[in-house]
Amino acid sequence: MSPTGDAAVPATLEAFMAQALQMELEAAQRYDEFADMMDVHNNPEVGAWFRKMALIEGKHAAHIMKQMGWSEVPAPPPGAQSRAGLDAVEGSASDDLHYLMQPWHVLQLALASEERAEAFFAQLAQRATVESVRQAALALQQEEHDHAELVRAWLQKVPQPDANWDQDPDPPRYDD
Amino acid sequence: MNTTTNPAAAVVAEPVVVPLTAANYKSSYKPIWCPGCGDFTVLSSVTKALSIMGVPPKDCAVVSGIGCSSRIPAYTTCYGFHGVHGRSLAAATGLKVARPDLQVLVAGGDGDGYSIGGNHFLHACRRNVDMTYLVMDNHVYGMTKGQPSPTTEPDWDSKLSPGGTGVRVFNPMVVALASGANFVARAFAGDLHGTADIIAQAMKHPGFSFVEILSPCVTFRPEQRDWRKTVHEAEAPVTDDAALAARRLMKDDGMNIGVLYAGDRAPYPASVRQPRCTVAELEAEFAL
Repeated sequence: MSPTGDAAVPATLEAFMAQALQMELEAAQRYDEFADMMDVHNNPEVGAWFRKMALIEGKHAAHIMKQMGWSEVPAPPPGAQSRAGLDAVEGSASDDLHYLMQPWHVLQLALASEERAEAFFAQLAQRATVESVRQAALALQQEEHDHAELVRAWLQKVPQPDANWDQDPDPPRYDD
Repeated sequence: MNTTTNPAAAVVAEPVVVPLTAANYKSSYKPIWCPGCGDFTVLSSVTKALSIMGVPPKDCAVVSGIGCSSRIPAYTTCYGFHGVHGRSLAAATGLKVARPDLQVLVAGGDGDGYSIGGNHFLHACRRNVDMTYLVMDNHVYGMTKGQPSPTTEPDWDSKLSPGGTGVRVFNPMVVALASGANFVARAFAGDLHGTADIIAQAMKHPGFSFVEILSPCVTFRPEQRDWRKTVHEAEAPVTDDAALAARRLMKDDGMNIGVLYAGDRAPYPASVRQPRCTVAELEAEFAL
């Protein structure tokens, strides 16, 4: 499926930025929920990573608000969507999580999200007919590209899990 | 007489209407579902749907039975009723009849709704009370450690069902349609926005609305993580023709998502009926 599906390209810069803001806010909220899940399941290290991701997405949202001079979050434009197929453009699915996951997995999810967002904005830029929207889409594409690079750099610094990372000596389910 | 005008009183302030967001419907309790469970996203879809509807939390009640998914009322700021196993629809029916002003959402799982509460399911569809029933179907009893449910495949082999049950699956969409549900849809938990949209449509539709939500149990059915790859949007648009909807279900692979049927049957009570006699007259018939 294409990163933008059949989503309408916002007709004005304001509408486009409102859509981008919605994506950032949704991503921040999703990461916060993931952090809660990990905290509840006694995986505070990964919880802290998700919290950090939520904070970063929140900063991106605040940046858009400042850039546009908005004091309140505007309604997303009708017809705009912040998802690509079943996935949120910037944000992971909750079924990607595991209670024994490690920071490396968090970063893999974050990388996939940033790459999806980069592709999403690239496609919007291609389809935009209003120059200011096209320019903004290209700028956001570049930002998402930079974020992806940053996540790749982080990935080099965290240990890669071993093959049996999800083995639980006291699992909820016994198969034999 | 004091003729001094209070300028502040002269200005009648317009009430400030702050739009409700999904966050307004989430309680401060943190869900204890397993990380990866589809029910997390269903909760987000429910709160998003409520914000789309703009129903204040005080005007909405979430009723459930027993099971993992039935924990959902506690995670919302709406009124909640975490009832007994399989009886959520009975409790919700009573609530809606007594308080027709409330938006009533009923939530539960496949075991609660199709097995223990199976009979209530049939009659809730038939009765057509104006409420919305969300079933988070993971084809297993997760809370009690993985027994097969009515929607478990007959050949699902597990320690608790060696070789599988050999029993054919219960088809909730077929049963709902045949029993008279006025709105029948299937959603996928991994599709937050799509599911929120379907739930909002279900809430808007008069009568009994049934939404089957495929919600993976990553602990006891880890293979359900692949549902993300196998679900697909239904090719045909919604119909109000029950016979056509039934024919479509004959070809359903269980992975179609979308609204199948939206009928026009009047919700219960179809009309206000006056009693033909008084209680005293009835009593008189039995007087010794």
